[in-house]
Amino acid sequence: MSVADPAPWQERIFELLEAADVRQVAYVPDAGHAHVIRRVQAAPRMRGVVLTTEEEGVALATGAWLGGQRAVLLMQSSGVGNCVNMFSLLASADVPFVALVTMRGEHAEFNPWQVPMGRAAADALSAMGLAVHRVDRPEDVGETVGAALDAAFRGGQRVAVLLSQRLIGRKEWVTG
Amino acid sequence: MSADDPAARVDRRAFVARLLAACPDALLVTGLGSPSYDAFAAGDRDRTFYLWGAMGGAVPLALGLALARPDDAVIALTGDGEALMGLGALATVAVHRPVNLTVVVLDNAHYGETGMQPSHTGLGTRLAEVARACGIADATEVRTLDAADAIARRVAARAGPAFAQVHVRSDALPRALPPRDGAFLKNRFRAALGIAPL
Repeated sequence: MSVADPAPWQERIFELLEAADVRQVAYVPDAGHAHVIRRVQAAPRMRGVVLTTEEEGVALATGAWLGGQRAVLLMQSSGVGNCVNMFSLLASADVPFVALVTMRGEHAEFNPWQVPMGRAAADALSAMGLAVHRVDRPEDVGETVGAALDAAFRGGQRVAVLLSQRLIGRKEWVTG
Repeated sequence: MSADDPAARVDRRAFVARLLAACPDALLVTGLGSPSYDAFAAGDRDRTFYLWGAMGGAVPLALGLALARPDDAVIALTGDGEALMGLGALATVAVHRPVNLTVVVLDNAHYGETGMQPSHTGLGTRLAEVARACGIADATEVRTLDAADAIARRVAARAGPAFAQVHVRSDALPRALPPRDGAFLKNRFRAALGIAPL
């Protein structure tokens, strides 16, 4: 998967965010989100908000909602751990929220340091009251992400979609 | 109190009351603990969202609000401990340059809520310099009540982002407790802006 040739499911995520009138897209970069980030940066009605740490995005989304805008947070599974206490804001103020989480520490992971948080991400999200939906197949991405956006911005829920590492493919660490 | 006396510190309640009286329409986000009490003591308002937790979240929350409401002035009013927990947010604010956001840190150099332990700002960290180094060019330190008027003018000018470190005394003040129901505060805030419920 290259910059010039994104997977169709990646373009589908962007289309769904745009169709849902998401105006602020907060992110700590991840290769799996790179295409959406580029598309957001070029979209006149959307603002990409690069963060120093993922928990800023939880607060940012709350502020956006207070001001009448929809926001989502794009992050890698390692970022879930950075958000844990800030998630209390969403529950305490009953704020709709969507996080799209690219998974590390699972399929063909090369870096053992990614494994502990990758394994804990779904439980950590659940423990903080978010509904967690996992996607393993490219053809399911659109339906799952679309349902998450509806559940949040129509249904008032807090939802995380885990995009499995297998979707994103093996990271090439070494050649030969 | 002399404006150039580095030891000078202002009464936080008086400062906040003067600032908010001069910014009646500004959207206000307050960090947990004393800044929330100070804002409530100055008079409850629908356009205030008080935090009771989410430490480190006041500035990024105010950023999301400022980006969503470009025609409104937004103030993040917080304390040194809360600001220190979210220092990275100052870099994020600087990158996104919301002209309508003013960050006001009431710095008593202590963790007031937990027994007045010294904070980093009393131990050498210079918050306004951090903000400036992050890229918020309009970052100042103030020590007088009159400075509230100057900050209010910066809020109204919407020529930010701006950052003000207000050196306040660490007096133990009576608590003035705002509502703790976050859903109520959120709904009240959105209704004040004319935003329909879900």
